[in-house]
Amino acid sequence: MSYEEKGVWAYLLSSAGAYIVYLVIVVPRLFHTPAAHVPYLVPLIMSTIASVIIATLVRSALEVARPSDSHKADVRDREIARFGEHASRWCVVGGATVGLIGAFDRWDYFWIANAIYLGFVLWAVVGSVLRLVAYRRGL
Amino acid sequence: MAPSKPTRITNRIRVLRFGHDEMTQAQLAERIGVTRQTVIAIEQGRYSPSLEVAFQIAQVFGVPLDEVFQYPDGATEQ
Repeated sequence: MSYEEKGVWAYLLSSAGAYIVYLVIVVPRLFHTPAAHVPYLVPLIMSTIASVIIATLVRSALEVARPSDSHKADVRDREIARFGEHASRWCVVGGATVGLIGAFDRWDYFWIANAIYLGFVLWAVVGSVLRLVAYRRGL
Repeated sequence: MAPSKPTRITNRIRVLRFGHDEMTQAQLAERIGVTRQTVIAIEQGRYSPSLEVAFQIAQVFGVPLDEVFQYPDGATEQ
């Protein structure tokens, strides 16, 4: 597994993991508090920061377990990265569109922010999965 | 059923490596400036290299491009 592929695994695991933790913290609050009053901002920012830290730690752990020959991305890594980002960009577009519709329709900030956040998470997860498939099955 | 390969280009890199003092994939990767995983992907037909990388590989072995890479006759008609 190349250094770049390890980075994709780390990004996938940290993005998905941080979002699951965010949901575990925020969703139960919705059961007894109106969405407009649910404190989501701190968990959202913290999960985003945590995902970056976890990605770095996971990548370092993978590198210690199985050191890579090279730490430089090559032409194939760059093509695969471009492919993943291009194919998954619709997740961000979708999240932003739902957020925009929510703003037009005067939704609570909670739902608008979470629609956009979900778009970013899906972009990270779908893009990572597509990149891993490209690494394994070919581009 | 086995998944179809993403490219119809075949290559003789493995044969050429063995013919050049059993050059390893890591050595070839270093010569052409890519990772060993990329050389493996090219050899296994999971990745079509750019024209530039293809020429670099041919240059390493000192042979014309079509002695390294082949494209089946009539492939463009389908």
